[in-house]
Amino acid sequence: MKLHFASLFVLIGLSLHAAGDLSKPIEALRGVQKEGQGNEAAGKAWQEIVKADAANLPEVLKGMNGANPLAENWLRAAVGVIADEALKAKKMPVERLVTFLKDTKNSPGARVVAFDLIQRADAKLAEELTPTLLNDVSSDLRRHPVAKLIEAGDSALDKKDKETAIAAFTKGLSGARDEDQIKALTKKLRDLGQAVDLPKHFGFLMSWKLMAPFSNADRAGFETVYPPEKELHFDASYEGKSKKVEWVDFTSKDEYGKIDFNKPFGMEKSAVGYAAADFFSESDRPAEIRIGCKNGWKVWLNGELLFARDEYHRGAKLDQYKLPCQLKKGKNTILVKCCQNEQTEQWTTEWEFQLRMCDATGTAILAAK
Amino acid sequence: MCLTAGVAKADWLQFRGPNAAAVSTEAKIPAEELKIAWTADLPGRGLSAPIVVGERVFVTCSSGPGQETLHVFCFNTADGSKRWERAMRATGRTMSHNKTCVAANTPCSDGDRVFALFSSNDLFAFDLDGNLLWLRGLTFDYPNASNSLGMAQSPVVIDGTLVVQSENDSESFAAGLDVATGQNKWKLERPKAANWSSATLWKGAVALQSSKGILAVEPNTGKTVWNYSDGASTTPSSVVTGEVLYAVSHGITALVPEKDSVTQLWRNEKLNPGTASPLVLGDFIYVVNGAGVLIKASLKNGDEVWKLRLKGPFSGSPVAAGKRIHIVNERGIFQTIDPEAPEGKVAQEIELKESVLTTPAISDGAIYLRSDSKLWKLQ
Repeated sequence: MKLHFASLFVLIGLSLHAAGDLSKPIEALRGVQKEGQGNEAAGKAWQEIVKADAANLPEVLKGMNGANPLAENWLRAAVGVIADEALKAKKMPVERLVTFLKDTKNSPGARVVAFDLIQRADAKLAEELTPTLLNDVSSDLRRHPVAKLIEAGDSALDKKDKETAIAAFTKGLSGARDEDQIKALTKKLRDLGQAVDLPKHFGFLMSWKLMAPFSNADRAGFETVYPPEKELHFDASYEGKSKKVEWVDFTSKDEYGKIDFNKPFGMEKSAVGYAAADFFSESDRPAEIRIGCKNGWKVWLNGELLFARDEYHRGAKLDQYKLPCQLKKGKNTILVKCCQNEQTEQWTTEWEFQLRMCDATGTAILAAK
Repeated sequence: MCLTAGVAKADWLQFRGPNAAAVSTEAKIPAEELKIAWTADLPGRGLSAPIVVGERVFVTCSSGPGQETLHVFCFNTADGSKRWERAMRATGRTMSHNKTCVAANTPCSDGDRVFALFSSNDLFAFDLDGNLLWLRGLTFDYPNASNSLGMAQSPVVIDGTLVVQSENDSESFAAGLDVATGQNKWKLERPKAANWSSATLWKGAVALQSSKGILAVEPNTGKTVWNYSDGASTTPSSVVTGEVLYAVSHGITALVPEKDSVTQLWRNEKLNPGTASPLVLGDFIYVVNGAGVLIKASLKNGDEVWKLRLKGPFSGSPVAAGKRIHIVNERGIFQTIDPEAPEGKVAQEIELKESVLTTPAISDGAIYLRSDSKLWKLQ
């Protein structure tokens, strides 16, 4: 009998140990940093975590909260292994995963994984949850309800029910954050005679002051500090590439917010241009400046360099670069340096960028004035 | 963790197989008449080629609206059943030209581990059973290391060092990583120019090709062994056999590199590969030009022997086993060529009816290739 109690004690101890133990290996995964730092400890910790019971999935997912993207991948891989076993054994803790999904304090990345697990374990339940995700903080999770609304709108159109279709498409557009879905919905709504304000939906900055051209001979202008990087005086003029240059007002008519230097300044080559805009924020808040540009570029917010990229004519797209930043209440000044190189091929004529202000989900932040 | 001992004979461990030469070194060769043995569905596209380690075939693909989901698959060679799958999330940029995708780099293996690099600069090391050993986010580490058209340089592994290249217009580099930890042993600045060519292994050195030429480095230190500086292609990769490196440089330039010097044997500017890399089989070099014409030329002097128009266009490279060359065009027409026929001859065609933009692998008498949505075994 003594032996029996002893065994029980050991078993309970082991069980508690196993449950409590995950915090340390999870911390090891969260500790990985740049250039492979922490990989060795993480590799060992990962082996411990993947042995965990499926009941621990929410805890492992929780480890992704606030983790860097490398640590997220370590944890994502561990969740995948545990989940494969849980699916085989039909032990997926679906209810707790739903609770995890519904708690928006959990990180978007972890909640996307949770939804995926729910979908794999109980597709019907995932379907039921889908409409609740239309205004989620995760743009990935929004895709599902938006797709459903597109289907619903199309179905209504098949039945000649235009009003229901417009309602579904409009609701879908309100939640859509991915370009492909926004484009599809915009076309459907416009085909039905509805107006869509894409610059407002995306939060493009349409009106700028532009100054150009300065020299970018031998691509040296990218690193050359021209006067607009030292001072922003919009009534000033400076010696440019071949003549005096001054600030000009420019408002884009492109609904994807393209700011085209070729329009006011001609088809310059080996040239540097600057664009400046004020953005009024209602509050101190985190934000993302998202830029698409196929030229060399730099972006400053309130005098702080956010990022610089010296790649030319390899392609541009919406949200090509996402620059996390902090807006202050009131006026914020954005300065963009846009560099054209010396290439003469037809596909190298563009000297332009598009820039929008949004939150991490991609929801437009509109200027207070 | 399962660490197998050594590399089995039938393994095809990297882009273009043994020594990155695209020629099978096995005695067992594919049959004259090949048939589809099995296919396995993939959830996303890829330009990466499959690799084979023992009875496992590995392949990568990317999926999702922004190609952010990165998949590494392991299938059984016998029947195509899935052994394991890992799905990760890109930490680097996933933008690419529409023709390519994020799963563009072919993985490689040292026989014990599989190293999967993606265009987003995400790099994962797994053991053969799918245990994650380490990972890197090379754009997370070096934020301007990316190419908006996409990257495709395939890593190579040699003597405990994994050599990766991320050569682009901005933060361009090559690095040697410890296979056990993923940490840098060395990191070299590389020419600031987009580059899709892959490294070649030559006499214990790693030959890094770029628009400037070919730099051979010691794998463990990154120190220069020799340097050829007369320019080279940024798409098709060079090939090595015996003492000679056939560089994709001004057509094909035959080089004999030695420590600190490089001797040029011959150059033929008309041997101009399109996207496909050349291969050497027997006493001849074979080049597929941009028009889809296969050119056979002498290894001794580069003189052309014959030309054979194939059904192109080609993004993938030819591979060979025994006396046959195999290549798949972009429309999925698999072609087997008899290069010993007087003017060359297409001996067999198989229509896969799917887009194929990559290079086959050969192992144990079978050919593995991947299309946009499937992994195929031909036997």
